[in-house]
Amino acid sequence: MRYKAMIQFIALAAGLVLLLNNCAPQIPKEALQLPPEGLKQRQLQSRQFGTDEKTVLSASAALLQDLGFVIEESEPACGLIFCSKHRDASSTGQLVGAIAVALLTGVVPPVDRDQLIRVSVVTQPLVVDSVDPSKCRTGVRVSFQRVVRNDRGFVSLQQSVVEPHIYRDFFDKLSQSLFLEANQL
Amino acid sequence: MKTMRSAILWGVAVMLLMVCACAPPTRQVLETQESEVRLRSIQSRIFETTDTNKTLRAVIAALQDLGFVVDKANASLGVVSATKLSGYVLRITVSVRPRGESQVLVRANAQYNIQAVEDPEPYQRFFDALAQSMFLAAHQL
Repeated sequence: MRYKAMIQFIALAAGLVLLLNNCAPQIPKEALQLPPEGLKQRQLQSRQFGTDEKTVLSASAALLQDLGFVIEESEPACGLIFCSKHRDASSTGQLVGAIAVALLTGVVPPVDRDQLIRVSVVTQPLVVDSVDPSKCRTGVRVSFQRVVRNDRGFVSLQQSVVEPHIYRDFFDKLSQSLFLEANQL
Repeated sequence: MKTMRSAILWGVAVMLLMVCACAPPTRQVLETQESEVRLRSIQSRIFETTDTNKTLRAVIAALQDLGFVVDKANASLGVVSATKLSGYVLRITVSVRPRGESQVLVRANAQYNIQAVEDPEPYQRFFDALAQSMFLAAHQL
């Protein structure tokens, strides 16, 4: 009788191990599929400027430095700048909520502490005129991401930034940066 | 006697569990689920163009359309790496190489959280997006 129970236990354990091995979450279908809102997203993240690619790239690099980013990768031959910065991620609202929960339940919930902000700027030459840069047109597409960690050291959020005002503000600043660049300021 | 036997059996059961958990992690360094030949075939596509730089830029545009932030690129080697964060971490490297006189070979390999992506479908979807991006890029210029 004992033997039978043991064999059942071993079979169950082996089954569980197999199941756990096969149960790791698979890549979601939409991860590598063009999203239905792709065009809107592209419009939000893109602008065109009436100058050459090199000028747009160096104005972007200058702006990213203004914004406190550390440039981690740049490859002008395919129009890429990638950079990141670490910043505070605590919010008063969340802190107040956490204190309220702690008072009510005696358990202190984790609160967000810091975040890594990642951004890539990619330029695309649309019209190239090697003599007169003012006849050139260059497309720029920027995308931001955030990785937020809580006070226990765990990642609490990792996502793309989709707020339209962030992209609008970025391009406003990029226009100013291009103006400064053009006037050698 | 009976308790002794059952103790041994419990011991065996616990050891079995421990052995399952203790497969050496270094094994993962060179491990793949699929054969190299099959992986290359699922992860690669050929495009009828000779312009590797334009293809590389189209790859970058496709990755941005798919929600990636491009972290690394090297035009002379023809490689791009990018990361997508959407509650998960999806990392991808795409390489572009000339193939023969009139074609380029594009190869992608991705990792979803801590797993290699070795199914054909995600790659098929990626190359569908890339084909669209190359078509768009051709029309923009």
